[in-house]
Amino acid sequence: MFEYAPAPESRSVVDIKPSYGLFVDGAFVDPTDGGSFKSVNPASEEVLAEIAEAGNEDVDRAVRAARTAYEKVWGPMPGRDRAKYLFRIARIIQERSRELAVLESLDNGKPIKESRDVDLPLVAAHFFYYAGWADKLPYAGFGPDPKPLGVAAQVIPWNFPLLMLAWKIAPALAAGNTVVLKPAETTPLTALLFAEICQQADLPAGVVNIVTGAGDTGRALVEHPGVDKVAFTGSTEVGKAIARAVAGTRKKLTLELGGKAANIVFDDAPIDQAVEGIVNGIFFNQGHVCCAGSRLLVQESVADRVLESLKRRMAQLRVGDPLDKNTDIGAINSAAQLAKIRELSEVGAAEGAERWSPPCELPERGFWFAPTIFTGVTQAHRIAREEIFGPVLSVLTFRTPAEAVEKANNTPYGLSAGIWTDKGSRILWTADRLRAGVVWANTFNKFDPTSPFGGYKESGYGREGGRHGLEGYLNV
Amino acid sequence: MTATATSARSDLSELGRSETALRTFLHGLPGVDQVGAEQRAAQLGTRSIKTTAKAEAIDLAIRMVDLTTLEGADTPGKVRALAAKALRPDPSDPSCPHVGAVCVYPAMVPHVAEVLAGSGVHLASVATAFPSGQAPLEIKLADTRAAVAAGADEIDMVINRGAFLAGRFKEVYDEIVATKEACGDAHLKVILETGELATYDNVRRASWLAMLAGGDFIKTSTGKVPVAATLPVTLVMLEAVRDFRAATGRQVGVKPAGGIKTTKDAIKYLVMVNETVGPDWLDPDWFRFGASSLLNDLLMQRTKLTTGVYAGPDYFTLD
Repeated sequence: MFEYAPAPESRSVVDIKPSYGLFVDGAFVDPTDGGSFKSVNPASEEVLAEIAEAGNEDVDRAVRAARTAYEKVWGPMPGRDRAKYLFRIARIIQERSRELAVLESLDNGKPIKESRDVDLPLVAAHFFYYAGWADKLPYAGFGPDPKPLGVAAQVIPWNFPLLMLAWKIAPALAAGNTVVLKPAETTPLTALLFAEICQQADLPAGVVNIVTGAGDTGRALVEHPGVDKVAFTGSTEVGKAIARAVAGTRKKLTLELGGKAANIVFDDAPIDQAVEGIVNGIFFNQGHVCCAGSRLLVQESVADRVLESLKRRMAQLRVGDPLDKNTDIGAINSAAQLAKIRELSEVGAAEGAERWSPPCELPERGFWFAPTIFTGVTQAHRIAREEIFGPVLSVLTFRTPAEAVEKANNTPYGLSAGIWTDKGSRILWTADRLRAGVVWANTFNKFDPTSPFGGYKESGYGREGGRHGLEGYLNV
Repeated sequence: MTATATSARSDLSELGRSETALRTFLHGLPGVDQVGAEQRAAQLGTRSIKTTAKAEAIDLAIRMVDLTTLEGADTPGKVRALAAKALRPDPSDPSCPHVGAVCVYPAMVPHVAEVLAGSGVHLASVATAFPSGQAPLEIKLADTRAAVAAGADEIDMVINRGAFLAGRFKEVYDEIVATKEACGDAHLKVILETGELATYDNVRRASWLAMLAGGDFIKTSTGKVPVAATLPVTLVMLEAVRDFRAATGRQVGVKPAGGIKTTKDAIKYLVMVNETVGPDWLDPDWFRFGASSLLNDLLMQRTKLTTGVYAGPDYFTLD
């Protein structure tokens, strides 16, 4: 047996401070009422740093700083000069990518191979891409002279902390807005390192402000009257609350919410690659992916064969230390998320679905969940309808292409979908009928800054990425 | 399981009787998505193999080398030197294992046989009008018999790519069956020359064809065309031997050959074997590297691991 020796990435490349303040008007400041919380490493439950908690006054300070920067500096600045700052930030991100990747894995629990090979390259690519748009806005298709909105309030989730920051900040700044961003309370560290990068890039003070905190901080931010635009990525439940709070105001809103994507495998699919796609679809980033392929719809005639291959492949997944370069599945981000995954998995078993996990040893400390599949799932099971947001796959079968489409669309969500078949015409036929913002064909979880991303129905509205992603930050 | 496996086995053995049955079967295999296969191969290439795992991998890789010379300029002296190196790759370190086999042209077999006799190192010979395979069948079979008679216990044959690409699968099949028969007790490795088959779908079909016809090993390349072994091609072949064993119960070996020059490359292949077909294939009986310069790089890395420093090229023997 060929055992891989531990191959840990060194954490000495990153210097984590014992405590962090709020990043307001170009400097780190203490919160007015001095509140704080801790960010822990989910793989070990070790406390990484003490983080300031922003109250209403702090949020107000940040929004005012952003307003001043918008009116005095960033708004009037020619696009080509804004582009220079964005290009500079993109290059610094590339230069410091190892440091950022290690920090992301420490704070989030995701495997280093993903933060190193997926998150960080995409983060840099997003800044490069939108830097290119900054001086070309008249050619983006939104009229000859589209204007920015003003101050953007941005609230992002914990699953891709730095990547979601890039998706929010890069287009906002390119379009000429200033931002106040609130990272998730369990994963604030890379956003705070990004704040240092803004300083390093000499970005004018107040253009980017970062306020840390939990739900109350987020609420104060999106409800602040000085905000012109709200952008949120996270759960559908919170998204609905934000939509209610913003209704009737002048604020422009984009939401990127939950999903329960169908990954459809037809009987003529390239099976080995489809299995890779299924694994990537649901086990990438521990399944903490809003567009995860969490419902496998497999044609009944090949179901046994696909499941056998899938189980064999799952037995190869290496669960453990996120900083080990050979780890495939890292830690669940928080105790709360772990409890939710456990609860829904127990419901799945109680409702009669058959549960299977490969034999795998989980570390004692930290938050862990073995990769799991449920077979014999029907549309009536809760695990086929509710977003689990963990490494748990529900397997359903179908008989005909029409049935596959019907089942795929039979969900309140509509963020993404996957199609696996060797037949080109079937890809087009199916994609035409799926109500999902992104449809992947013979691949899954592929992202690119040039490609718009967003949902149908309860998966949200507005698009991020590509030319389309500028619209949410322009007065059009 | 046993009942199904047995019936599957007898069904599969009937396939070679008709062109239509073979074609229907080979074209009914699941397709290979090129992008997906290449992506998976690249992913496996990012595994980080360090310290004890690396030492273990290097020794295993040395034992899997088919140390090869296939040149017009090969002489008895040259191949004897190569065979001596196969026995003792690192003369200064008795703990260094010997390689899996020496691979030469049929005319060189007797000279190598003298050196290798009784050593446990196998003697492989290319045959069947290597590398093009463009000769009448009788000549190819005579070539095979001669190599076996001279002492080769492994035969590396080339498939008839012309017939395969023209869709005459039965002709390819029959040639392999005939060559296997001509081999007698010698192991038959079937070279697909994947660089000429061009698509992964063809590689999968040719792999199954070679296994159905009785090949003991499937091998990627002759090393004589521009595209030799690649990780994705080897991945598709490994998937084929895995599925073939599941269907028939018979295990077939895999040999990537040509272009594998560094320890880093070799380790990527071993990782792929480990995670695609599992430890059953992590053995020189079931996986080989067709290579020549690879061996010295393995030795250099082996020395580096034990001594902590790199030795210059003059500290490793030229063959």
